[in-house]
Amino acid sequence: MLSRRKALVASGCGFGYLAFSALATEASERGQQNPLVQRKPHFPAAAKRVIFLCMRGGPSHVDTFDYKPQLDKFDGKAPGAAATGLNVQKGRKLKKSPWKFQQHGESGLPISSLYPHLSRHADDLCLLNGSYTDIPNHPQALVQLHTGSFQFVRPSVGAWVLYGLGTDNQDLPGFITIKPPARLGGAQNYGSGFLPAVYQGTPISDIRSSSPIANVRNPNVSKLMQRKQLDLLQAMNRDSAERNPLNSELEGVIESYELGYRMQSAVPEVLDLASESAKTLSSYGIGNAKSDEFGRQCLMARRFAEAGVRFIELTHEGWDQHNNLSAKLSSNCEATDLPIAGLIGDLKQRDMLKDTLVIWSGEFGRTPAVRRSDGRDHNATGYTVWMCGAGVKGGIRYGATDDFGIAAVEDRMHVHDLHATTLHLLGLDHTKLTYRYAGRDFRLTDVYGRVASEIIASTNNG
Amino acid sequence: MFRPATLFTIFSFQLWLCSFVHGEDAEMAVFFETKIRPVLVAECYECHSSSAKSVKGGLLIDTRDGIRRGGESGHGVVPGQPADSLILEAMRHDGLEMPPEKKLDAKVVADFRKWILAGAYDPRDGKSDLVRETVDLQKAREFWSFKAAKSVEVPAVNQHQWGKTAIDQFILSRLEAKGLRPAGDAGPQALVRRIFFDLVGLPPSVQDVQSFVTASRLNEDVAIDELVSQLLETPQFGERWGRHWLDVVRYAESTGMERNGTFTSAWRYRDYVIDAFNRGLPYDQFIREQIAGDLLDASSSDERTRMLTATGMLAIGPKSLNETNKEKFLMDVVDEQIDVVSRAFLGVTASCARCHDHKFDPIPQSEYYALAGIFTSTRTHYGTAKANGNRNPGQLISIDGGDVSLVAVSGGSNGKNEVKRIRNQLKKLTRKLAANKKQLAAAKNAKAREQAQVQVRDTEDSLKRFRNRLRQVEQNAETGSSDATLVMGLGESNKPANTRLRIRGEPNDYGVVVPRGFLTIGSETEHPVLQHGGSGRRELADWIARAENPLTARVAVNRIWQHLLGRGIVATVDNFGANGGRPSHPLLLDHLATEFVASGWSIKQLIRQIMVSRVYRLAAKVDGTTELAACVAADPDNELFWRMNQRRLEGEAIRDAMLSVSGELDLQPRKASPVVGLGEGLIGQTVKVDTLQTDDRMRSVYLPILRGAVPEMLSLFDFPEPSIVGGKRNVTTVPTQALFMMNSPAVLELSRRFAARLLASGGMDPAARVALGYRIALARDPTPDEVKRVVTFMVDARETLRQVEKLDREETQLAVWAGFCQSLLGSSEFRYLN
Repeated sequence: MLSRRKALVASGCGFGYLAFSALATEASERGQQNPLVQRKPHFPAAAKRVIFLCMRGGPSHVDTFDYKPQLDKFDGKAPGAAATGLNVQKGRKLKKSPWKFQQHGESGLPISSLYPHLSRHADDLCLLNGSYTDIPNHPQALVQLHTGSFQFVRPSVGAWVLYGLGTDNQDLPGFITIKPPARLGGAQNYGSGFLPAVYQGTPISDIRSSSPIANVRNPNVSKLMQRKQLDLLQAMNRDSAERNPLNSELEGVIESYELGYRMQSAVPEVLDLASESAKTLSSYGIGNAKSDEFGRQCLMARRFAEAGVRFIELTHEGWDQHNNLSAKLSSNCEATDLPIAGLIGDLKQRDMLKDTLVIWSGEFGRTPAVRRSDGRDHNATGYTVWMCGAGVKGGIRYGATDDFGIAAVEDRMHVHDLHATTLHLLGLDHTKLTYRYAGRDFRLTDVYGRVASEIIASTNNG
Repeated sequence: MFRPATLFTIFSFQLWLCSFVHGEDAEMAVFFETKIRPVLVAECYECHSSSAKSVKGGLLIDTRDGIRRGGESGHGVVPGQPADSLILEAMRHDGLEMPPEKKLDAKVVADFRKWILAGAYDPRDGKSDLVRETVDLQKAREFWSFKAAKSVEVPAVNQHQWGKTAIDQFILSRLEAKGLRPAGDAGPQALVRRIFFDLVGLPPSVQDVQSFVTASRLNEDVAIDELVSQLLETPQFGERWGRHWLDVVRYAESTGMERNGTFTSAWRYRDYVIDAFNRGLPYDQFIREQIAGDLLDASSSDERTRMLTATGMLAIGPKSLNETNKEKFLMDVVDEQIDVVSRAFLGVTASCARCHDHKFDPIPQSEYYALAGIFTSTRTHYGTAKANGNRNPGQLISIDGGDVSLVAVSGGSNGKNEVKRIRNQLKKLTRKLAANKKQLAAAKNAKAREQAQVQVRDTEDSLKRFRNRLRQVEQNAETGSSDATLVMGLGESNKPANTRLRIRGEPNDYGVVVPRGFLTIGSETEHPVLQHGGSGRRELADWIARAENPLTARVAVNRIWQHLLGRGIVATVDNFGANGGRPSHPLLLDHLATEFVASGWSIKQLIRQIMVSRVYRLAAKVDGTTELAACVAADPDNELFWRMNQRRLEGEAIRDAMLSVSGELDLQPRKASPVVGLGEGLIGQTVKVDTLQTDDRMRSVYLPILRGAVPEMLSLFDFPEPSIVGGKRNVTTVPTQALFMMNSPAVLELSRRFAARLLASGGMDPAARVALGYRIALARDPTPDEVKRVVTFMVDARETLRQVEKLDREETQLAVWAGFCQSLLGSSEFRYLN
């Protein structure tokens, strides 16, 4: 912008039509600077895209990825002095995990028996055992997980990433969220807040719909007719653009129609799983009644990733086990274990895990000390998030909760730190990725956020 | 606790002190006097005591009160909690660095740690009286927007004949100073289209274009003046300009945030705004009514209703209904109110001073809490019902003739959904009770019998509870059907009081009490405080609506200028502070502001004043003449307004125009909102957005605006996030807009209607019909080449449809013309103003 103006000033005055045309061309080139165009990160980094697996409801960390042998020992007892200063309500008794933990891979990462398939990839997982957030309520915590703030309407992490990096494939939306919850913040969780609307997530609510993204299919007109019609429209648009070369947006309109036209075929192509082999399908658990649905979503995520989508989020609902922990948590894991394992395996096989960052997280974890015999309540003071892939050290546990899993006590990682680290892995400095709104430069991490450099593999130049 | 060993080394002091303090206290006193106070005095007082020349970081540590309260960054000392005492962090240069450029000895730091651990004994009584840095009014007034606006002399220009109004002289003189000349005038067809969209947000009819073109041939000045006057008096004017204001005040019909409860009465505020623009309500009165309409004298019950409705502005903001901390909920509502009032009316971001002094503008934290006291002394009635997920229900104001009262709202559409839900539950419980009783009868032993009895009792209890609830809800539903008007809005709290400053903005972390008052910027005196009782809202409204307030009129006229010229004189319309833009034409801004006040704050008069100017008439499209190339080179972004900015229409105007040209628009203003039918409840939980009944033909301003569920057409074309103040809309051009224009059922249907309209005009050949299409959609005649192009398309398309797609003759005819009409609607010319 500035350089352009300088160039214009430098070229001086007193020139005629030729110079004018040159200026006009320059102006229209600016118009083609689509806000979604691919942009360089702040520094070189391994991760090029994110697949965010959102486990909505708050999965129990002490039954999955945070092994606490002391819980077995103190099962049925009050946490007592060992939990002084930790947030445990009176009268609660510790409850051991109904599942056994076993060490997996060369790293010997302990993972519970709920994840037999994912355990195969133990050496790729980076368990963030010291995660914590501010509020143990679903709505606030879910919105904070997505936007950093539950207090104000702020852009979603996906919108920030798209704003920072643009997207590789202009024929597809750059930020896609599959089956986002309608409540608990709803669209705010994938919204663009004060960022331009172009950065908001595109929701796919029904993965089997013939028009999964709004208006991607024309119900009336054949492709052939549509093209003829579009040619007429584009001829009109080119006239407008030529008549006013100073308004670069007019070129943008022409471009937007061509992109839209291509999107009509690109989106269904990505969502059509017909070209996938039976072996691939079964590796995602597709065809198996329990894991079919999430398996399809995971496979779509890989296909979107492959097609160049920058940020892909999948939601799996129903991790709020106040009751029926033993039955419901196992069925959730059955529904997601094979699909996630299939996704990681497939990414690896396609050599895409090296530049795809996979993040698994709920909005918080669950209490080790319980009121009911078969249920755990909300726990914001300590839980587990895991990362896998691009630039992340595999086979490690970073951070820790206390002996029982009540609170994060070591290398604690707040949601802001998770965001700072995610941006860093993508080559974005969370203190520099700013947007000016209401007279102030805003960040995803507000004034907080620490990059957990301990988990970043040395191959990552960042 | 102290280890005595460290203390005995200073026993001589101890002996002396022991004469008036005893035991442990004595030890602590000694420790404080020998290890702590000397360090504070030597290292810290220079910047952090009341005798400091300039207090840094809002921190005073020369009293116990001050050091504990801390400054902008947090508490200096928290007794017993070294980890929370910032003074240690600062001494260790760990994050904060104090004293700067000098790291204190580790032993000193260790002493401070011990001192804090042992309770931070501190004999230094007295209140730390200063509250943060204060604002020097004189200094603050050096900034352009905080200086009073003065009436300015209209500058002289060389080209006397060019200008039509004083505005033109201001613009032209700047251009002449740079050796530039403005672009030529727009043609009458472009001009009439511009005037229509700008004033009423609708395209002119073919007849309207014709009349204007004829009239402007006689006398363009008169033609413009007459058209403007006429349109200013249509009801569509308020719909258009009211929507501009609704952007600023982040109008929406639900709470947004994590629970998103519906506001079923917000539409009354929307209608109030539309009416205010249409009735020509003076802007100063508009301000007073929205901030303090409940406190103004009304001459009739209608006026009372109108003014109470106006205060809805401060009730419709986003709210975090699930918040568990009541104080936090209150302070968040207050913060939101301060934010919208300060930005909408004053163009300053006062809410930046919630946690610390404003970083860029002279607004100290204390003045934020001076304003906050006004709003904590106010009750906000937003009308959401208590429910699972809504821990912060709100009432509504009920106006029944002369009676104004507060009513609770019931969930569900008039409680109907709720009644249904409870009835279902009762049925279930009745069945359950029968089963329980069966079990009881079949019980084989004492233990089983006892268990069964417990279950019977539990079920009976539940039944009783639900029956009571049913009675209550049915009653509410009945009272809800009375003639009372329910509005969202404000009222006074029972006990208006000053509030305390909150340290770092933490709602439960109290600092000093701050007297209620206004901002130094915008005042004639420093730290103006409230003179009378009550919440102070009335006085706040008067203070904002004063002619002498340097910000109010400037901010208002700049918003209006932006809507007519495509860019504000200050580009950042919501921010006139240090981080905002500077005026491109400061004298013109002051001229407009003083004239605006002198006119009795008349918005219509200001709009007319701008629209009859020569500047407003300039062409947006420029051809390649040498002179204009100089303008492009000198001012490529048109900051000097040497031409009209080509502007993209808002989503509302594009949608309304599509409806209008296809003959489908229903101009009847809508009473109420589809959200009323949805009922009170939490979106996605107790109410479902997909059941929202909208009438597809109404003007866009009446579409339901739920936070997080803005109508597709509007959100695709950059509708502003309705949770935040948005005086200026983004313009993005993205493929999802193209997909909407290509494939959405709504556009396809309107194209067919438009085509049917063209086909229904009898006695025309295709070329004339094509021309009519252009005139209706674009307010101009097509060139012969354009007609030829369309005809060629039609021949080709007809063949494809007949041969390949085997459509019958009639269907083909409609499809071909619909294809042409859809191209007109989708064209960039349709959505831009030239």
